Amino acid sequence: MRFFFRRTMQAAFLLIGVSILTFLFSALAPGNYFDEMRLNPQISPETVAALRAHFQLDRPLPVRYGRWVSSLLHGEMGFSFAYNAPVAPLLWVRARNTLLLTLTATLIAWALALPLGIWSAETRGRLPDRALSGATAALLVIPDLVLALGLLILAVRSGWFPTGGMLSVGFESLSPAQKFRDLVRHMELPVLAIVLSALPILVRHVRAAVAEVLDAPFLRAAASHGIPRRTLLYRYALRAAAIPLISLFGFSVGALLSGSLLAEVVMSWPGLGPLLLESILARDLYVVIGGVLCSTAFLVAGNFLADVLVYWADPRIRTETAEK
Amino acid sequence: MERLLNVEKLEKRYERTHVLGTRKEVTALKGVSFSIGRGSTLALVGESGSGKSTLAFCIACLERPTSGRIVFDGNEIAALDEKQLCKVRPQIQLVFQDPGRSLNPRFSALEIASEPLLVQGRLNKLEREDRTLGLLAQVGIPQAKALQKPDEFSGGQRQRLAIARALALEPKLLILDEALSALDCSVQAQIANLLLELQSSLGLTYLFITHDFAMAGHLADEIAVMEQGRIVELGIADHVLRAPDQEITRRFIAATPKLGAAALPPGAR
Amino acid sequence: MTPLLQVQDLYVAYVSRDGKKSPALEGVSFDVRPGEILGVLGESGSGKSTLAVALLRLLPGNGRIQKGVALFEGQDLLRAETRALERVRGARIALIFQEPSLALHPTIRIAEQVSDVLAAHEPASRQALRQKTLQLLGEVFPTDAARIADAYPHQLSGGQQQRVLIAQAIACGPSLIVADEPTASLDPTTQREILGLFQTLREKFNLSLVLITHNPALLAGLADRVLVLYAGKVAEIGPTEQVLTTPQHPYTLALLQSVPRGLDEPAKGRKSPLPVISGEAPNLAALANGCRFESRCPDRMDLCTQREPAAVTVSEAHAVACFKHGG
Repeated sequence: MRFFFRRTMQAAFLLIGVSILTFLFSALAPGNYFDEMRLNPQISPETVAALRAHFQLDRPLPVRYGRWVSSLLHGEMGFSFAYNAPVAPLLWVRARNTLLLTLTATLIAWALALPLGIWSAETRGRLPDRALSGATAALLVIPDLVLALGLLILAVRSGWFPTGGMLSVGFESLSPAQKFRDLVRHMELPVLAIVLSALPILVRHVRAAVAEVLDAPFLRAAASHGIPRRTLLYRYALRAAAIPLISLFGFSVGALLSGSLLAEVVMSWPGLGPLLLESILARDLYVVIGGVLCSTAFLVAGNFLADVLVYWADPRIRTETAEK
Repeated sequence: MERLLNVEKLEKRYERTHVLGTRKEVTALKGVSFSIGRGSTLALVGESGSGKSTLAFCIACLERPTSGRIVFDGNEIAALDEKQLCKVRPQIQLVFQDPGRSLNPRFSALEIASEPLLVQGRLNKLEREDRTLGLLAQVGIPQAKALQKPDEFSGGQRQRLAIARALALEPKLLILDEALSALDCSVQAQIANLLLELQSSLGLTYLFITHDFAMAGHLADEIAVMEQGRIVELGIADHVLRAPDQEITRRFIAATPKLGAAALPPGAR
Repeated sequence: MTPLLQVQDLYVAYVSRDGKKSPALEGVSFDVRPGEILGVLGESGSGKSTLAVALLRLLPGNGRIQKGVALFEGQDLLRAETRALERVRGARIALIFQEPSLALHPTIRIAEQVSDVLAAHEPASRQALRQKTLQLLGEVFPTDAARIADAYPHQLSGGQQQRVLIAQAIACGPSLIVADEPTASLDPTTQREILGLFQTLREKFNLSLVLITHNPALLAGLADRVLVLYAGKVAEIGPTEQVLTTPQHPYTLALLQSVPRGLDEPAKGRKSPLPVISGEAPNLAALANGCRFESRCPDRMDLCTQREPAAVTVSEAHAVACFKHGG
C-alpha cells in the first residue's frame, strides 16, 4: 500500500511540476494571443490593452498561476481566448474524439501484433519471420507523416474512404445505425494510420519477448514432461512472455492522448491534436496548458498502470526471493 | 609465522529493502575472527548463505564492515577512506566462481588481463603488453590465444585468465571465491595445480572459499568452517579433517562424496 | 533380463547456420536394466547433456539425430511419432534438467507446475489433481509439502527446487529417470540429501535411473554401473566397483587420479600437485583420425593415430574402447 501511495504522490507532484513548467515556458515565449490583434490597425491599442487586462495577462506570473489553479479546482481549467469559452468543456469533447480513435487503434494494433509476433517468434530464422522483419522494418522507416499523407492521397484518389473529418454533413438526420456506420467509415483511415505506425514496434517487442521464452530451459523442461504443444505455448510461453509485454501495454495506454496528433491533423479529425496545434500557434495559453496537462496525466497514469500490471503479473516482484 | 591477514570480530549488517518499501535487517557476519599466515592457504568452508562471500568482499575492501578490524600486512584497513583504500586494494585480489560472468565478453584476453594495469596507470602500453603476455604464459594460456575473446576459451582457460588478471597488480593475498566450483573435475585439478605452483613461485597467500571439503583438504594449511555468519571451527587442516570439534563439520565431511579405494595416484597409499 | 532401454549406435550432431556439422555423440551404445542406476561420467564436451535430451528427442533446433536406435518398451524412441513420444515423455521416461532454478516456470506456482505434469497424462478433476500433487510433494518434502505447494520457484532454495523437479519426474510413475547433473549447484549436505532421495525413490518405485555427472565421487556407492563418455564416444562401461577401482581406459584412470583426496590424504600428500590430464578436451568439429583421447593419453601408441578403437569386453559386463586391450 505504501508503494501505491508513494506513486500517487509522485504522480501528483509531476503534474504540478508540468503545469508550472508549461506556464513558465509560455510566459517566456515571446508574444501572446493579442499580438495578432495589435497588428491590426483597426483595433485600437487601448482595446487590446483592455482585453489584456480583462484576461489578466498583465498580472505577475504567480498570481496568474494561482488563479488558474483555482479555476482548475472549479472544473474549468482556465479560459480560451480563441473560443471565448472555458477550456475544460472544449478539451473534453476533443479528448473524447481522440480517445475514440486511439482506443480503437490500440486495441486493433495489439490484436494484430500478438499473433504476428508469436508467429514470427515460432518461425524465427525462417521465411515468415524474415518476411515480417522486413515488413516491420519498412514500416518503421517510413515517416509517420508520409504514411498519413499517403493514406490521404489514397482516399482522395480512390474515393473508397472519406477524406477527412469525423462525421458527414447531415449527420444529425441519420438513423442510429446509419450514424454508427458513418462514424466508422470516417474512423477507418485515421485508425489505419495510427495502427500502421504503432504496429511494427509492437510486433518486434512481442517477437522478442516470445522468442526469448521459447528458448528458455523451463519450456524444454515442460516439454520433457510431455505437456502438449498447445498448453506449452499458451500457458507456459505466453505467461512468461507476457511480463515484459504487459508493461508495454501500460505505456500504450499512456500514449492514448498523445500518439495520434499527426494522424488527426492530416486527416482533419477533430481531436486533441489539431486543437493543441492551433492553440500553440495562436498562443491560446490556457488551452495549451490544459492540453499538455491532459496528455501528461494520461502518460503518468499509463506508466503507473504498467507498474501495477507488472506487479500483479510477476510474483517475483511481489514476494521475497528465498535466501540462497 | 607472520600473519598476513588478521580479522577481528568482524560484523556486517545491512538492510534489504523490498520494492514495496518494507525493510529487513540482515546480519551477514557476526563477530568473525581469524588470521592467515603469509604464504599459506586458509580454506573457508560453509554452505550457501553462511556469509562466505560477504566476508570475501569485506576483506577485499569492496564492502565496509559494520564493525570490527581487518589488519592486512600490519595495517588496519577496515576504516580507511576511499583514497587510502585505493592503495590497499591492488594487494588483495578476487577470483570469482563464474568466469563466464566475471570476464568482459567484448575484450580480448590480453585486454582483460591488462585492465588492472591500465586502471592503475602504472606502465606504458608496451610495458603493459609485455607484462600481460608474461602473466598469460605463467597461467598456462598459450600466446596464440591472447587476442581471442572469452567465448573462445574453455571453462578452465577462462578461469586461468581470471587468475592472470588477478595477478596483474602483484597482490599479496588472493581470495578465491568458489573459483573451482563451476569447473569439471579434471579441470579443477589443473587449476588447483596452477594455484599451488603460483603460490610457491610468487609467495602468494590464499583465502580459498569453497563448499568442497575434499579440495579444501587438499589445498589448505588451515580450515575455517562457517555457519550463519560465524566461524564455528578453525584449525590446522589435518586436525579439522581427522578430529573435528563441531557437528556441522562432521556433517560436511560425511556429506562430501568420496572415491574411497578408487584409482589412486601411484605411491599415494 | 531384458533391458529397459537399449541404445544402439547413436549418432547426434549439431548443425550451424552455414551447414557446418559439429558431432556430439558418435556410435554410442548402452543399455539400462530395470531397477538399476547407471552413472554416465562425462565432462564438458563429452556429449552427456546431448545424450540426456536426445533420447526424448528434445534437442535444440540445430540438433540432428543422424543414426541410431533407442528401444524402450517395445518402440524405437528415435523414430516414434510425436504423439507416441509425448505419451512417453514425463510418463514413462522423465528428464531432470540441470539448473533447477531455470527448469521451473518463474511465475507459476509449484503445485500447478506439478499438476500440469499429471494432467498431461492422466486427466482428472481439479480436486483429484490437487490431492495427488500434495501426495507427490509429500514424497520429496517430508515436512512442508503444503507450504511449498503454494510457493513460487524463486521462493525456494536450490535444494528445494531440485526436489520439486524430482516430484515432477516421478509424478506419473515412469520406469526411467534421466537426471543431468542433478546436484551441480548444491551444497554437499543438500547434495547428499538429493542423492539419498534418489535411492529411496528407486527402491520405493522400482525406478531405473541414469545419473549424469562429471564427478566420479558421486557415483561411488550409488551407481550400479558406470558409463564413461569422452568426446562423444563411450570410453568404458562396466560395474561401478570395477570401473572406479580398476579403470581400464586411460582417460578414466586419469580422471580418477585427478580427484583430490583431501579427506583421506596423508598429511604429506597435501598441497602436492594432482596428476592431471594434460591439454584440453578435443574440438569435435575438427577431429583428426584415430582415438580421440590420443593427444592427451600417457599410454599412446602408433596405432592410436590410425583408427578409432572398437569396444572390447575385458571381463563380465565390463567393456572398454582402447587399443591396450585389443580393438
